[in-house]
Amino acid sequence: MTDTGTAPNTPSVVERTRTIAAGAPVVAVHFLGRIAALVLGEEAVLLVPDKGDEQRLSLHGGGILSAASDGVSAITGGDDGKVFSTDAKGESRLIATDSKRRWIDQVAAGPDGAVAWSAGKTAFVQAGKGEPKSLDVPSTVGGLAFAHKGVRVAIAHYSGVTMWFPNAQAAPEVLEWKGSHHHVAFSPNGQFLVTAMQESALHGWRVVDAKHMRMSGYSARVRSFAWTAGGKWLATSGSEQLVLWPFQGKDGPMGKQPKMFAAFAVRVTAVACHPKQEVVAVGYADGTVLLVRTDDGAEVLGKKPGEGPVSALGWDAAGTLLAFGTEAGEAGVIDLG
Amino acid sequence: MSSDQASSEKLPVTVLTGYLGAGKTTLLNRILSEPHGKKYAVIVNEFGEIGIDNELVVGADEEVFEMNNGCICCTVRGDLIRIIEGLMRRKGKFDAIIVETTGLADPAPVAQTFFVDENVGRRTKLDAVVTVADAKWLKDRLKDAPEAKNQIAFADVILLNKIDLVTPAELREVEARIRAINPYAKLHKTERSQIALSEILGRNAFDLDRILDIEPEFLNTGDGHDHDHDHDHGHDHHHHDHGGLKHYHDEDMQSVSLNTDKPLSPDKFFPWVQKLVAEDGPAILRCKGILNFKDDPDRFVFQGVHMILDGDHQRPWKDGEKRNSRLVFIGRKLPEEKIRTGFETCVA
Repeated sequence: MTDTGTAPNTPSVVERTRTIAAGAPVVAVHFLGRIAALVLGEEAVLLVPDKGDEQRLSLHGGGILSAASDGVSAITGGDDGKVFSTDAKGESRLIATDSKRRWIDQVAAGPDGAVAWSAGKTAFVQAGKGEPKSLDVPSTVGGLAFAHKGVRVAIAHYSGVTMWFPNAQAAPEVLEWKGSHHHVAFSPNGQFLVTAMQESALHGWRVVDAKHMRMSGYSARVRSFAWTAGGKWLATSGSEQLVLWPFQGKDGPMGKQPKMFAAFAVRVTAVACHPKQEVVAVGYADGTVLLVRTDDGAEVLGKKPGEGPVSALGWDAAGTLLAFGTEAGEAGVIDLG
Repeated sequence: MSSDQASSEKLPVTVLTGYLGAGKTTLLNRILSEPHGKKYAVIVNEFGEIGIDNELVVGADEEVFEMNNGCICCTVRGDLIRIIEGLMRRKGKFDAIIVETTGLADPAPVAQTFFVDENVGRRTKLDAVVTVADAKWLKDRLKDAPEAKNQIAFADVILLNKIDLVTPAELREVEARIRAINPYAKLHKTERSQIALSEILGRNAFDLDRILDIEPEFLNTGDGHDHDHDHDHGHDHHHHDHGGLKHYHDEDMQSVSLNTDKPLSPDKFFPWVQKLVAEDGPAILRCKGILNFKDDPDRFVFQGVHMILDGDHQRPWKDGEKRNSRLVFIGRKLPEEKIRTGFETCVA
């Protein structure tokens, strides 16, 4: 064992926190400008402005299963079969209702307002006007992600990822790897694609030649991962410390060891990378939030331990606001400006 | 299990299996419509069959996935992992979860999901596998459908349904066939799936604390539920077998039970049982045991599904309690001699 918690002299920004009574588990948090959109486990999205009162928007007639954002709107998918888009003014738009009222398991937000979602084995994309396009994959969709440019969607499922150009005639390409793939994301430079697997591991492909990279050694399923600003490091949950995989070179992490910081007695459950600096917000199973610098592992306390695991973390685009939420319904916005 | 959440806070999950047409849907409809004051989330494989509009009825696809962990029989239900995580968003809206499988399903991947996926295991616990069997047709299905035999072998509770469609002699015959495969399950004889729900829900069959007794069920006589005798004397001509079951040997699926008064050595037992399930796990559907280790004041209990074992100290042996070790394996073409001789080497 190394550290089992924060040292007594760790600097703290806890006093800069505005505490929010979410009243329900927080599934995700996304910033729309300086407004934090806290996506709750059931029905509602809570908009928390810089100053003034929170606004609770009841959207879904049931559980909210997934959320995503492009920084302008928050997209939510529910077990009521509906997909909503909510903007910073609190205006919500119904994007789709599943014809069979199936659960909307996954959503993704893409360039120019494009939205993707999935119900069972079917992925849908709405880009621009007109009817959404759909594609069936071999098994239930575990994750969805837009590439950073153009309309290209990565659909994670059992045995690999299907790369789909909804506007092209070409047949979708499949990146294969045995096992069940969940959360999927492209690296900021678009060169790598990474999935979190049912096993305690990540799998990656170099997009240009589908070369594999396997990132393992976790004590649990990796439920949260994100690249640091500029894409140098891939920050990941799933271990009792922050695990950072190097993505500087053209080979990504192949043949390299990860860097590890901020060791704890409990697991990392959520990560969110600062949009400009080499800093990662790290949430733990006991409710602690730390800000960790990737150069040297320096730590700043963002939130003391609480009642439940940290389930949501998010930065605003300027990197001055950090919002958090837990499974037990604790939530807050830390103003670092 | 590294979970620190008390098991009482976990939502119980009942797995409902049974061959096509045995009466699963009838039972589900009863669970959903009867005034029992509890709310169940139900995961079904055929949406349309349930005639009740209920927002807590969820359709599933039975996606069985292999895990990449080198364990050849370690398959899980990927769709269940996803659905249970989704249902947890609505925690507090229901008291328990029921998973209906298709008639052709193997119950093992469903059961294994609760041991393999940490997130599912942290929030829910497997309560029991309940199998509905058709009294008239089960005998035939046991001959031609390996799935039906699997479901009987795997069960903690068996509803022998549609008994109004068979004669008392036929009923005893099918019961004997069931007992040849699985002597340990609780067996209830029903018409139109009529049963007190407390007999099938909240059984804690996978709870280590509840592994108290693993004597075969059919030895427990005089429970007052069996009224066959009344009918027999009136118009049944097979008097010679009344009051007891015929003893069949099922060539394909058996149980092996082991018993010893000699204290066992944990240093010998654990390597043996781990090697056994690693080699013969595909054949072993279920196992259970209460163990008496040398110089250990506590009973050690374990249970398993194929290659997955779960065990713990349960409670101190009581004064005057007979300290012996009992193990049961249920499986397909079990290597009985290998199991017996191997077990003998575990004596301290």
